[in-house]
Amino acid sequence: MRLKELVDSLGLRVLCGDEHLDREVTGGYVSDLMSDVIAHAEEGYLWVTLQTHANTAAVAAMKDLSGVVLIGGRQPEKDTLDKARARGVALLGSGLPAFELVGRLYSLGVRGRHGDAEGA
Amino acid sequence: MDLHVHTCLSPCADNSMTPPAIAARAAAAGLAAIAVCDHNTGGNVPAVQTAGRRHGVEVLAGMEVTSAEEVHLLALFADACALGSFESEVAGHMTGTNDPRYFGDQILADENGEPTGLEERLLLGACDLSVGDLVERIHGLGGLVVASHVDKEAFSLIGQLGFVPPELALDAIELSPHSPSDMEFRRYGLPILRSSDAHFLEDIGGSHSCLRAERATFVELAGALRGTGGGALVDC
Repeated sequence: MRLKELVDSLGLRVLCGDEHLDREVTGGYVSDLMSDVIAHAEEGYLWVTLQTHANTAAVAAMKDLSGVVLIGGRQPEKDTLDKARARGVALLGSGLPAFELVGRLYSLGVRGRHGDAEGA
Repeated sequence: MDLHVHTCLSPCADNSMTPPAIAARAAAAGLAAIAVCDHNTGGNVPAVQTAGRRHGVEVLAGMEVTSAEEVHLLALFADACALGSFESEVAGHMTGTNDPRYFGDQILADENGEPTGLEERLLLGACDLSVGDLVERIHGLGGLVVASHVDKEAFSLIGQLGFVPPELALDAIELSPHSPSDMEFRRYGLPILRSSDAHFLEDIGGSHSCLRAERATFVELAGALRGTGGGALVDC
């Protein structure tokens, strides 16, 4: 599924990165601990978070994620936007809380890794 | 010196962490200096400083402030007055009321250990200032900024933000007593401190840093961390 389809279906705001909306979303990850995202998110994943710090853009670029959704109507800090633009990161916004947003992403077919807890 | 000690004012610290008990324990542990760093308050600092003078222990005025990203930073100041200014700024950016049933007591105490009041603000909360904002404000008041327990996942600069933002003008990073080696943290090119983050009396001094200086004071420490002379950090 392409990022653009998710933006349209969920009414996400495009904070920056219009030119990257053709990107394929290979999965999803939700976390507010960036060390955890570095360890567990995979290339092409869409990352759902409330962290608006500039390192959000840096981590998304480093992991080559398809995009970042800031939840709950949170606004990125200015240097976060600057860094996202400079590094080609699609930064999106949703007014929904993380739980609700992730539920809707899941129902649209976005999946995360099952990890080791499968069947537990 | 052990630059990260909580008092009974931190809801998560043991109620036995009174000003005189801390000073006595620090002296018994052979520490020349400690820094009192309660969560988002400096309310017990003057009392520990008075108690410290009785035991010959220098007590630096500090606070462990929680940023909007839920990163813990130690703010160390030259005196309780500068710390008071910083506390007022932070208090204006925090909300919430403590419920001791869930978070613990927040006890203000005097130099004799007598309770003088209960802090009602939710000290375990976060302020809405970013780490960058806080570093600027602390430096603006002449203080030092140390990123707390960067080896831990929870509430640490590296845990919350993935790595140390290169543009952040930190004065040092702190390793918790649990961190066996500083090898992986040397790449940030910042002075590395070790502290106890004591929440119980017996933890005070359990992990510490060593400063070679005329006296164990804020000025000597600042000189050591900023490389402007005075003291120097040395291997313990």
